[in-house]
Amino acid sequence: MTEIALQGVLLGSVYCLFALGQSLIFGVMRLTNTAQGDFIVLATFAGVAGMSLLASIGQAGALAPLVVTLLLMPVAFASGYALQRHVLNGTLGRDPLPSLVVTFGLSIVIQNLLLELFSADPRSIDTAGMNIESLALPGGLAVGVLPLIVFVVAVLATASLQWLFSSTRLGRAFRAVSDDPEIAELMGLDARKLYACATGIAFVLIALAGVLQGMRTTVSPADGPLLLLYAFEAVIIGGMGSFWGTFAGALLLGVTQQIGFRLDPGWGIGLGHLVFLAVLVVRPQGLFPKTRG
Amino acid sequence: MASTTVKPVEVIRSSRHGGVASAVGIALVAIALTLPYWAPEADRSAWMREFVEMACYFIFAMMWNLMAGYGGMVSIGQQAFFGCGGYAMLILGNFAGINPFVAVPLAAAAAAVIALPISFVAFRLRGGYFAIGTWVIADTFRIVVANLSAVGGGSGTSLTALRGISKATREQTTFWMAVAAVVATVLLVHLFLRSRRGLALLAIRDSEVAAESQGIDVRGTKLAVYLVAAFGCGLAGALYFVGNLRISPDAAFSVNWTAFAIFMVVIGGLGRIEGPIVGVLIFWVLDRAFSSYGTGYLIGLGLLAIVGTIHFKQGLWGWAQARLGATLFTTQRTLRLETDPARR
Repeated sequence: MTEIALQGVLLGSVYCLFALGQSLIFGVMRLTNTAQGDFIVLATFAGVAGMSLLASIGQAGALAPLVVTLLLMPVAFASGYALQRHVLNGTLGRDPLPSLVVTFGLSIVIQNLLLELFSADPRSIDTAGMNIESLALPGGLAVGVLPLIVFVVAVLATASLQWLFSSTRLGRAFRAVSDDPEIAELMGLDARKLYACATGIAFVLIALAGVLQGMRTTVSPADGPLLLLYAFEAVIIGGMGSFWGTFAGALLLGVTQQIGFRLDPGWGIGLGHLVFLAVLVVRPQGLFPKTRG
Repeated sequence: MASTTVKPVEVIRSSRHGGVASAVGIALVAIALTLPYWAPEADRSAWMREFVEMACYFIFAMMWNLMAGYGGMVSIGQQAFFGCGGYAMLILGNFAGINPFVAVPLAAAAAAVIALPISFVAFRLRGGYFAIGTWVIADTFRIVVANLSAVGGGSGTSLTALRGISKATREQTTFWMAVAAVVATVLLVHLFLRSRRGLALLAIRDSEVAAESQGIDVRGTKLAVYLVAAFGCGLAGALYFVGNLRISPDAAFSVNWTAFAIFMVVIGGLGRIEGPIVGVLIFWVLDRAFSSYGTGYLIGLGLLAIVGTIHFKQGLWGWAQARLGATLFTTQRTLRLETDPARR
């Protein structure tokens, strides 16, 4: 029982990293990014490519994934910023359809581009054996080193986002454009630049999520939609507008799936879906709502 | 002070092109219906199959257009009802002993019935979250069906109920049903949009709050659209798998159905009946010409949808309409003042 809970929490922390970017983008500009999962998969493949690039110049080692991640983060920020600035900003508005269609189109483009470049084979990022190392816990439990790292990264990412939103100038600006972009612009803020900035930050989180996902398991080009559904479920279960809510929702989703997998391997994901739908019916505002405006 | 007299107004509900469109439409239907008699022997079967496939895409796209373009509900989960229609038809045929062709409309009705409880969950979400929420629902359907061993689980099963019927009879019946379904879909959507309920729907699309304040039952109207769309998607699914003879959860509940529908509607023109018609024709041409390129073809479709959404918001038909002023299916009401002869 404890073991299922522990495994579930560790799985959930991966989902938390999937979901934070989604939560951020929706929170700031009410944009639903249906390509979230595909961007994560794209980040994994960028990591795979980065690893083979490092290996080709003789720099493969235990620290290589870290180096790749650090290199990938600024690239991700720039890509996210540019994407929002030049493509997605044009789709924002009262009508959700344009942004949905454009991100859905991006999702199809990314999937097929990766299929073309990397084939349908599942790939992973080589961790030089770290993905199978584990620490012994009291009570006969063992916890993997990599899942523990993911958990710590998820906690740090959630805490930093929450801090960014509540205690910094940038966060205050994000909240202002989220509440009312027109009034915020009258006060001298540039909503379109702030949107671009938010998507840039979301892409840094996506890059982290993608590389860690590639280190812990195998990823194939068609995985994106399912990752999007997990991210979305975590956001809704947790309650929109709160990053710790997203964190809690993700952990709950992870534990639920883990229980499901233990009951019947064919039902793990399905049980997660069912709990999500049950939350929608019983508590549509999510477990920890803090929606502004 | 000038006296304010109310000028008599005339409500125009038809267009010059409407009559021509009806005549062309009837001619096209006649050509289609007689296809089994004039098509060359060698191509007949392939042509009919292709028509059935495109008819299913078209009906699905019409339903997506009805929801997104008129009802303001953008769904990425309509494949849930496509799959339900397919599986309901198969279960009625294989297990209840009903003739699969008779089972097709029954299966569509079953999809609408299933949609009623589903709507309570789906309607908790709005906007972009409605879109992904419906996708989760469709994926739940896929998982549930993949765990039902009676219908073959994840690997699917075959429609054995059609075993005794000859290939020619089967293909012709499926084909005629597809023609009938296409005609019925276009006519019913057209008539619905011209009715009071349809006018209410247009009002809701333009502003939910304003519509509600005018006494329109917003929730009821949206629910009606959702159920009709489920019926249509179920019909498309049942028809597709009667033609295909083999069904699997991954094929029946694939998000690609919705992806292609979005492409057709966005390229053809959202919120107009001509949109999906133009869209399916373009899709058919592109599919014939480029589908052998696989990934490159899909990348192209995705890019076209993105560019279309950003730069041609009205779609191809909207673009043509702005230049030619042609409307084939008049669903709007134009007010003409008696003293204003210019507007004709």
